[in-house]
Amino acid sequence: MPEAAAVATRKTTLTGTPVCGGIAIGPLHILREAAVAPRTASAAPQEEVAAFRAALSAATAALEETLAAEDQLAGDILEFQAALLDDPDLVDPIAATIAAGTAADAAWSAAMDAEIADYRAGGDPVLTARADDLADLKRRVLLALSGERAAESAVPAGAIVLAAELTPSAFLALDPARLGGIATLGGSPTSHVSILAKARGVALVVGLRTALDASWEGAPAILDAAAGTLLTHPAPDALRAAEARRVTGAAARDAADAHAAEPAVTADGIPVKVMVNIDDPAILDMLDPAICDGVGLTRTEFLFQHGAPDEAAQLAFYTRLIAWADGRPVTIRTLDAGGDKPIPGVTFDGEANPFLGVRGVRLSLGRPDLLRTQLRALARAAATAPVPLKVMVPMVTVPDELERVRDLLAEELAGLAAAGIPAAAPVLGTMIEVPAAALTAETFDAGFYSIGSNDLVQYATASARDNPAVAPLADPTNPAVLELIARTVAAGTQRGVEVSLCGDMASSPALAQALLEAGLRAFSVAPAEVGAVKQAIRAATATGGE
Amino acid sequence: MTGPAAAPASSEWTEGAATIVDPTGLHARPAVKLTKLAKTFAAAVEVRAESDERWTNAKSPNSVMKMKAAHGSALHIRAAGEDAEAAVAALVALVEANFDA
Repeated sequence: MPEAAAVATRKTTLTGTPVCGGIAIGPLHILREAAVAPRTASAAPQEEVAAFRAALSAATAALEETLAAEDQLAGDILEFQAALLDDPDLVDPIAATIAAGTAADAAWSAAMDAEIADYRAGGDPVLTARADDLADLKRRVLLALSGERAAESAVPAGAIVLAAELTPSAFLALDPARLGGIATLGGSPTSHVSILAKARGVALVVGLRTALDASWEGAPAILDAAAGTLLTHPAPDALRAAEARRVTGAAARDAADAHAAEPAVTADGIPVKVMVNIDDPAILDMLDPAICDGVGLTRTEFLFQHGAPDEAAQLAFYTRLIAWADGRPVTIRTLDAGGDKPIPGVTFDGEANPFLGVRGVRLSLGRPDLLRTQLRALARAAATAPVPLKVMVPMVTVPDELERVRDLLAEELAGLAAAGIPAAAPVLGTMIEVPAAALTAETFDAGFYSIGSNDLVQYATASARDNPAVAPLADPTNPAVLELIARTVAAGTQRGVEVSLCGDMASSPALAQALLEAGLRAFSVAPAEVGAVKQAIRAATATGGE
Repeated sequence: MTGPAAAPASSEWTEGAATIVDPTGLHARPAVKLTKLAKTFAAAVEVRAESDERWTNAKSPNSVMKMKAAHGSALHIRAAGEDAEAAVAALVALVEANFDA
């Protein structure tokens, strides 16, 4: 059989949803969640204690090995885990339980489960995030007790990791410095892993339409995370072309990131605001607010992932976010559920056409109990803000929807004042993601406008954002989309309020020139794209080179 | 020696306090830095958030994390033992330097 024919049969192009990053080239590594092997407890308690102590040492050594190759961001999490393994108050009582006759794995699991429940109880977002670190740590020690190393230690340098599903802790266990990129069969662009990957600049493609083929292990591959494709067994010329693109892209990114903290001013001297989108509390631990001009979008859906959060839990996160921003303006979006973001127990199931159904503000007005709680927490958080807190309402189509939210806010503010609870009125703004709202923006009594380009593109081109078959039509550079943006900017200028854009368009350096020409002067972007977008703005002219 | 130190009599404690300036409060990174520094001293070292009544072992990152000491509040520090004064001074300096030491 000729070799060319054999290569041709093995070559496979897989298509998924692009999340972030550029080109990665490397061997494929299929990541499977290693099951913790059952172990046989020693009959002698003192031997069990010794096995436990040895497992702690092994887990500490593995953590420190990972830590040495980590950047500051994940380093803090790993260091916290290592510190827990060296915490006498935590470890000694477990050793005592083992010495009294309990098997090491059972004693460790029970104690850690109790700690995890303790961290999650009360809904404090900082401690809840750390509960995931404890769950990860529990698993690390159980693996060490059963004599296994975590699966991630076997990832070859520069590999493109392919996984059915990837949990956030499994993602964090991977060393981004040694990693080419990641492709998953499951997952969505709005998952926690996607958020972490965006924040850390890891090339990621999700939703690959394939089954895992064991024969791919170690096969050469090209991941094009911008296009959303994974090519296995590439031909030499494809490999050379991809390598050239990778080198060019990496050099441009390094150059841009070196200037991420500097202000963005266009080549013709117009200052442009570059804010960040906050999708997850974990980002706050990873991101230095100095790189941005504030927060242009805070997605609050993550607060609802385990059911509707109470006012205190929401207030705790909002005040933490405001404190993190350190005086910079903060914009928080009210719950934007429905469409492609179903929330069990909140959104309606079985809508024939969920993108055109009860989502965003339509859902919030239908669930005033949830909206009132959120508005109360936002008003209380606004009292802690050094600059006025901005609250934006998603999926607004007609001015009446904004006014109904304003009325509810006024009622809650009055209630808080009557109860003597400190609160302040946030600035209420309108998201522009429905063409009807873009074309009538000047009729909204909005304190600001924030263009949600993902939905605006979807509705302007009638192309579902989750349907790859119509993806070429969902083109953000369609003149109709740019016209809707320009009309919104003009309405903001006329009314003297800020217009920013917080969708994926803002995070794309290639679109900066077009957005500036549409009049946009405030971008809100994914944290990992701040450097690249600022660089593109500096290279562009606000007036289109006139 | 990893066991909790026997509680010294109240007269033996050296005390100090510093205000937490980190905007997110005493979260994971500061908690780890504080416990690591505390462990370098032989003295028993304890901390207490302004709102708490109970003292917490400053050498336990898990306990310090769960204190949820908030931004802008005072952190009380006390130590007992041979190098107690140095321990309190070092921890106060660490908190005052916003855990960057």
